[in-house]
Amino acid sequence: MAVNNFEDRPVIIHADQVSRRFGNFTAVDHVSLDVLEGDIFGFLGPNGSGKTTLMRILCGLLRPTGGHATVLGKDVYADSEAVKRSIGYMSQQFSLYKDLSVMENLRFYAGIYGIPRRERVARMEEVIEIVGITDHRKKLAGNLSGGWKQRLALACALVHRPRLMFLDEPTAGIDPVARRDLWNLLFDLAGRGVTFFVTTHYMDEAERCSHIGYIYYSKLIVYGTPAELKLLPDVTPKGAERLEVRVPNVAASMRTLNTFDYVLDATIFADVLHVLAEQGCTRRLIADLEAGGFPGAEAKPIPATLEDVFVTLTRQRALERAQEQANV
Amino acid sequence: MFNGLAAIVYKETRHVLRDPRTLFLMLLLPCLELTMFGYAVNLDIKHIPTVVYDLDGRNSARELVEAYVNSGYFRIVDHVASDDALNREIVAGHAKVGIKISPDYTDRILEGKSAEVQVFIDGSDSTSALQALNTSNAIGMLTSMRIVGKSMGGTPVMTIDTRNRVLFNPDMRTANFMVPGLVGVILQVVVMLLTAFAIVREKEQGTLEQLMVTPVSRLGLILGKLVPFGVIGIFEATSVLTLMRFLFHVPIAGSLLLLAGFTLVFLFTTLSLGLLISTFAENQIQALQLSFLVLLPSFLLSGFMFPQETMPQIIYYIGQAVPVTYFLRVLRGIILRDAGFWDLWQNGAVLAGMGVFVILLASMRFRKTLK
Repeated sequence: MAVNNFEDRPVIIHADQVSRRFGNFTAVDHVSLDVLEGDIFGFLGPNGSGKTTLMRILCGLLRPTGGHATVLGKDVYADSEAVKRSIGYMSQQFSLYKDLSVMENLRFYAGIYGIPRRERVARMEEVIEIVGITDHRKKLAGNLSGGWKQRLALACALVHRPRLMFLDEPTAGIDPVARRDLWNLLFDLAGRGVTFFVTTHYMDEAERCSHIGYIYYSKLIVYGTPAELKLLPDVTPKGAERLEVRVPNVAASMRTLNTFDYVLDATIFADVLHVLAEQGCTRRLIADLEAGGFPGAEAKPIPATLEDVFVTLTRQRALERAQEQANV
Repeated sequence: MFNGLAAIVYKETRHVLRDPRTLFLMLLLPCLELTMFGYAVNLDIKHIPTVVYDLDGRNSARELVEAYVNSGYFRIVDHVASDDALNREIVAGHAKVGIKISPDYTDRILEGKSAEVQVFIDGSDSTSALQALNTSNAIGMLTSMRIVGKSMGGTPVMTIDTRNRVLFNPDMRTANFMVPGLVGVILQVVVMLLTAFAIVREKEQGTLEQLMVTPVSRLGLILGKLVPFGVIGIFEATSVLTLMRFLFHVPIAGSLLLLAGFTLVFLFTTLSLGLLISTFAENQIQALQLSFLVLLPSFLLSGFMFPQETMPQIIYYIGQAVPVTYFLRVLRGIILRDAGFWDLWQNGAVLAGMGVFVILLASMRFRKTLK
C-alpha cells in the first residue's frame, strides 16, 4: 500500500523487494521503498520487526538475501565501499571511543574518511559548530551526557559531509530537551540538503518526519507522508469516524464501549478515549454510556493520529496473520 | 588498500597513552614474569639435604662423607644413630638422601674387600633423585679407584678416559638455557593477548560496527592495529632481554643486531596470531580461551621445558606448529652458541611464512559485513 508522490527530487534510497533471511527466520520480507533527497524518512515498527536489519542492509553491512537496493545510485552490496564513503551512520548503541576526547574522536573519523590533512581542521570546526559541541572539545567521550554523546556521534558521522545519514534510534535513552534539540539539528541539516533515514519508537518524532514507513513482522505495511497515512481508508474505513470521548472513568468505560455494536475500536489516550465508530452515532454513544453507568461523557470528531494509524494497521495485520496461521 | 591505516595507528596510540597504568603494566608485566619464573625454573640441583648414619665412625668413613660434601651436590643436615631415625628424616622431608655406612667399612677396605655403603634416595622428586643417584655412583666409583690405586702403590690408569667438554654453557647453568626460552614464551603470551584483546574490545563495545560502515580498508584496520602493539612488543622484548643479560647474567654470545632482526619477525608472527584469534572470538573471555590453544603448546611442546626429541611423533609435530618453537631455537642459537644468520635463517623463514599466512587468513576472515 505504498503511498508516494513522485516528485522531481533525486531518489537517494531505492529498495526493490529487499529480503533478508537468517536461517529459517525472515527478518526483512520483500520491502520496497524510495527515499528522495531532503526527506527525513522515519522508519517505525515494533522491536524485532526488522528495522535495524533493513538499515544495515542499506548501509552495506549486511547482504540482502533477496531483491536489491541502491543508495545514492550504487548497489548496496556489490558497491558497498562506495556507498560507505558517502553515507553517515549512527548505530543504536553509542559506538565512539569513550577513552578518547571529543577532538580525538573527530580527528580519527576525519582520518578514516580520508579527508585531506589541510582540510581536516576546518572540517572538524565545521561539524563542531553544527552540533554545538564547542565547549566540550577536550572532554573524554565517555564523560559526556547522553545528549552530548549523540551530538558527538552525529558530528563524527558528518565530518565527511555525507549526503545521506542513517540514524538508528538516535534519541533512545536521552532526555526530552536533548531529544528536541537533536531533532532541531536534524531539520537544520535536512535544510542543508542532507537526507535522513531514522528509526524511532516515538510518535511525536514520527509526526515530524517528512515520510514514514511502518514495518511489522518483517513486512513494510505502509509508507508515505504523515498526512497521507492518516487519510488511509484502512485507518478510517468508509462510513466510520474517529471520536475523542472524554469520560470520567476511561479505563472502566472502555469495556462498556467495546460492547456497543457500532463501535469498531477504542483506545485509551491518557484521560480520553479515541473511538472509531460508525458515522452519526455520537449522540447514541453518549446516551449508551450514561445508561451503562458512565454519565457526563463528551464526544467530538477528531482526525486520526499517527498512533491511530499504527495501532489500527497493526491490529489488522495481527488478525490477518492469525487467520493465515489458522488456515495452515 | 591501506585506507585508514594512519588514522587507526593514531587512535590506537591515543588509547595506549590515555591509560598510562595499563601501559606501565604492559611493559612491567613481562619483566615481572621473567624475574619470577627465571628464579623458579632453576634445575641446577646442588646442596641436596643429606643425613648420615655412620656406624663405622673411623677416618675412611669420614673421608667418604667428605667426598660427598665436596662434590657440592650434598649438604649434611644431620647425623643420626638408627635406621629408624634415618628413615624418619627422609619421610619428614628434612633430607632427600640418607647415607648409611656399615660398621665394618674401614675393616673391609683394609682387608681389600668390598665395603658396603647404602645410599637411600627420596624418589618423590625425580629430578633431584636422578642427580643424587648419578653423583653418588660417581663418588663411589672414584673413591673405589683411589683406594684400589693406593693399595697397588700408584695412580690407577683409566683404560678409557672420556674427556667430556661441555660447549657454550660450560657450567651447565639452567638459567642460560631456560631464561632465553622464557623471553620467547613471555613475549608470545603478552603480545598475542594484547593484540587479540584490542580488536575484540571493539567488538564488545560496538565500535567495530561503526568502523565497518566507514571506508576503512581491511588491511588498513589490521595493520593499523599491528603497528602500535608491535612497538610495545619491541619495548617488551628489549626490556626482557636486558633483564636476562644483567639480572640473570646470561651472556649474549652472538650478534645483537641479528637477535633484534629475528625478534621483529617473531613479533610479527605473534601479532598476527593475536589478530587471527580476535576474528574468532566475540568477547575477551573467548579470546583468552582461544589463546590457550596456542599458549599451552608454547609452554609444553616448544622445547621450552622439555626436549622435543623425546616427544611422541604426533606431539612433536604439534610442537612444530607453534611459532615460539622456532624463536626458541633462534634465541638459544644466538645467545648461547653465537650462531649466525646462515645457521638460523630457516627458523626465521618458517616464522615469517607463518606470520604472512596467519595475517592473510585473519584479513580474509575479517569481513566488513556482519553475519
